Amino acid sequence: MAEPVVEFNNVSKTFAGQKAVRAISFRIEKGEFFSILGPSGCGKTTTLRLLAGFEVPDEDGGEVRIEGQVVNNRRPYERRLAMVFQNYALFPHLSVERNVAFGLEQRGVPRAQMVERVRAALDMVRLDPAQYGPRPPAALSGGQRQRVALARALVLEPSILLLDEPLGALDLKLRKEMQLELKSLNRRLGITFVYVTHDQEEALTMSDRIAVMDNARVAQLGAPAEIYERPRTAFVARFIGESNFVIGEVVATERGGVVVKRADGNLVAARGGEGRAMGETVQLAVRPERVELTGPDQAPGGQNMLPARIRQVVYRGEMLHVRATLGDGSEMVAAMRNEGQLRRPVVWQEGTECAVTFSPDDTRVLEPEPA
Amino acid sequence: MAGRLPRWLVAITVAVYAFLHAPLLVLVVFSFNDSKFSAAWEGFTFQWYARLLERDDILDSLWVSLEVGLISTVVSTLLGTLLALGLARHRFRGRAAMESLLYVPIVTPEIVCGISLLIFFMFLKNVLHIPVVLGVPTIIIAHVAFNISFVTVVVRSRLEGMDRNLEEAAMILGADEFTAFWRVTVPQLWPGILSGALLAFTMSFDDYVITSLVTGPGSSTLPIVVYGMVRKNIEPSINAISTIILVVTALLIYASDRLSKPTALKP
Amino acid sequence: MMELRRAWLRWLSRHPSLRAWSVMFPGAWWLLVFFMVPLGFMFAYSFMERNVYGGVEAGFTIEHYARFADPLYMKILVRTVVYALGCTVASLLMGYPVAYAISRSGPWKNLLVFLVILPFWTSFLVRTFAMIFLMRDTGLINTTLMGMGLITEPIEMLGTPAAVMAGLVYGFLPFMVLPIYSSLEKLDPSLLEAAEVLGAKPAARFFRVVLPLSMPGVVAGSLLVFIPALGSFLTSDLLGGAKEIMIGNLVQNQFTSARNWPFGSAASFVVMGVVLLAVFAYLRSRDDDALAGA
Repeated sequence: MAEPVVEFNNVSKTFAGQKAVRAISFRIEKGEFFSILGPSGCGKTTTLRLLAGFEVPDEDGGEVRIEGQVVNNRRPYERRLAMVFQNYALFPHLSVERNVAFGLEQRGVPRAQMVERVRAALDMVRLDPAQYGPRPPAALSGGQRQRVALARALVLEPSILLLDEPLGALDLKLRKEMQLELKSLNRRLGITFVYVTHDQEEALTMSDRIAVMDNARVAQLGAPAEIYERPRTAFVARFIGESNFVIGEVVATERGGVVVKRADGNLVAARGGEGRAMGETVQLAVRPERVELTGPDQAPGGQNMLPARIRQVVYRGEMLHVRATLGDGSEMVAAMRNEGQLRRPVVWQEGTECAVTFSPDDTRVLEPEPA
Repeated sequence: MAGRLPRWLVAITVAVYAFLHAPLLVLVVFSFNDSKFSAAWEGFTFQWYARLLERDDILDSLWVSLEVGLISTVVSTLLGTLLALGLARHRFRGRAAMESLLYVPIVTPEIVCGISLLIFFMFLKNVLHIPVVLGVPTIIIAHVAFNISFVTVVVRSRLEGMDRNLEEAAMILGADEFTAFWRVTVPQLWPGILSGALLAFTMSFDDYVITSLVTGPGSSTLPIVVYGMVRKNIEPSINAISTIILVVTALLIYASDRLSKPTALKP
Repeated sequence: MMELRRAWLRWLSRHPSLRAWSVMFPGAWWLLVFFMVPLGFMFAYSFMERNVYGGVEAGFTIEHYARFADPLYMKILVRTVVYALGCTVASLLMGYPVAYAISRSGPWKNLLVFLVILPFWTSFLVRTFAMIFLMRDTGLINTTLMGMGLITEPIEMLGTPAAVMAGLVYGFLPFMVLPIYSSLEKLDPSLLEAAEVLGAKPAARFFRVVLPLSMPGVVAGSLLVFIPALGSFLTSDLLGGAKEIMIGNLVQNQFTSARNWPFGSAASFVVMGVVLLAVFAYLRSRDDDALAGA
């Protein structure tokens, strides 16, 4: 396997006694679109700033490597990275061209070559150099500023591009457009993208791999499908998409899974849970779209089945979310395509007795959250 | 909007503005009054302005004031800006102490500041036998001491409105701290620095209380001469010199007001 | 050269406190040596024995502070505090309506604010002289009144408490208007609409909504007026004369004609003490606000 482009080994950072990042480790491969995803305050921005060099790890806080070299003590300007900032951070006193040329000037690129490269960079982000080049950033729209920020970073032909919530300030339509554009730049130029966001949908759409951060730690790291299908902790299950949770005691362990007994006596089989002992209390998660509703006695064999009563039908356009109350008062949500069920209201009336069924293969045993 | 305000409120407002500005307007008008003793209007004249030119002490003190003002402004602006940078841009130990140190000169009455400096200089001279001569150098030292804090407050408020990411963006683009400072921070901060400098210059140029305490024979600033004239209560030349001071400061304020407007508003 | 510079920056980046102090050092040093140290000397002098030729003799005594029990000096101290408080109250009564009017003046706002800022950039000495020019026996007010035949003898205005108060208010009123204006400016107009919808009459809207929300401005403005008024020297010196001296004049007097440096120093620290009390009261009120807001 090729050497990773970026490597965090047990990196910690403390601000005024508060751990912003706790002993995190991960590797980023060349050309990868790597996202760091999490709610605000989870440490994702600190992680990016540690990589950029704006923050230095604690004394005994592990090491950050870029292309194999330990860079803990290298200043940001010695790391040869490029970065797009959340608010773009365009220099207001310089024209668009001078903004894009700034990094080239620092590297002592000859003037003639510089002009050429600035033009090429603006072309690449689809801004007309002749029209926009001489303007001050203040005269541009949000989307255009975003493109200038991107051009300013890409003109340096970096091997790694850091992006700190770069699309946060754009409206929804522009954001979708830029998502596709960023993804295609990543593929075309072969640059490694390290992308920080709090938007799970954005991360799922664009990333090759995602590090989900929670409480200064990496909660789970993997490809989007893996994270969505097999969330490791309740936090991940809740933060990425929606989840139903089931709590119970382990009554049987079998190959690749466990059987759990709920407080009301119903049994639920699930995948995962290696090493969990008999009698241990565990939490299971299942996605709403993997939950089906059937009549009380029509449940197919080999499925988990819990008797329930329909409490509420939430109309969401292309989807219907049906909330059902289980025997012990807890709730499960079944999401289904809207195929006109509501035109036959009898079946879906609130208060109808039913059964929620879901496959053991779609049910995951969650790991307890670290303190 | 204005029409919705109650009449009595408008009346009070007009009265207060009159109270603030009428005395100065009167002063200016009567600098052109052709009467030596009376405050009754007796015709238009420039003679009080012409009289100023005959007085060497006024011209000399003007030069002293300019010298003191310029030097103390340059020094206090430099030191004050650096202080603002440290306070706004860095995490460091001793911040609370530094903040207090910064605000002491702002709340200390001028008379206390002047007297304590006088004591200090006299101590250096009489007890430690350091040859301190009260005069222009001691005035400059005093003016820098009371101006630094004001410059720092002005520059810092501009720095805090400035996007920190700009400096970081410069650094990730390959500029080290010095280059980022000169190419990015200073151009952004320039209006703040200039308006801090103008404030410092105005305060230095205007100061009587502290200057009068730390000055020595032969180095009178303009306010000291004007104070003498006010004390002696003589002829409308004071009105004339006051008018000149007013016009000059008004121009400075106008300049500073223009500079402190955020640059982002420019097309 | 470049290598050295980079190495230095790398080293500084690992020592954030040193990095901050390396830029702040010159300014902090100046403030320390030419502001704090002199104040320290003054504090020490206030406990020493008087030397009749000016200066001090070694020794320790609190007699200079004790002298403030003397009715003569107590009177000056009380007068100073009363004038400063009076000036603060008068400025508040005049400044609040003005600040309120400015905040609702629409297109005139910038001009009106500028006209309030203007005087405090203007030479204090010149402004004080302007008051003299109006109030002296041969000044504009007396001349005009006599010209109109309303009085035959000039009214003696200079040297009276009224003249000093007028001068103080004239000098410091802008410090009151600006903070009140800025707190009124931040007030969300929809709060007034909400109060109106809830049935509050104009007076109730003002006293129950506007006034409480502008209190931070009122408190800050009061401090900004009270402190310089307390330490004022020129106003009472030029408009008050010998009868209306304030503590600032007393201090100056001890160092020029009376030659009692320790007593002058003690008087200075009495002013500083009152100033610090005011500042602490202000900080307390601000923290209480912050707590109440949280």
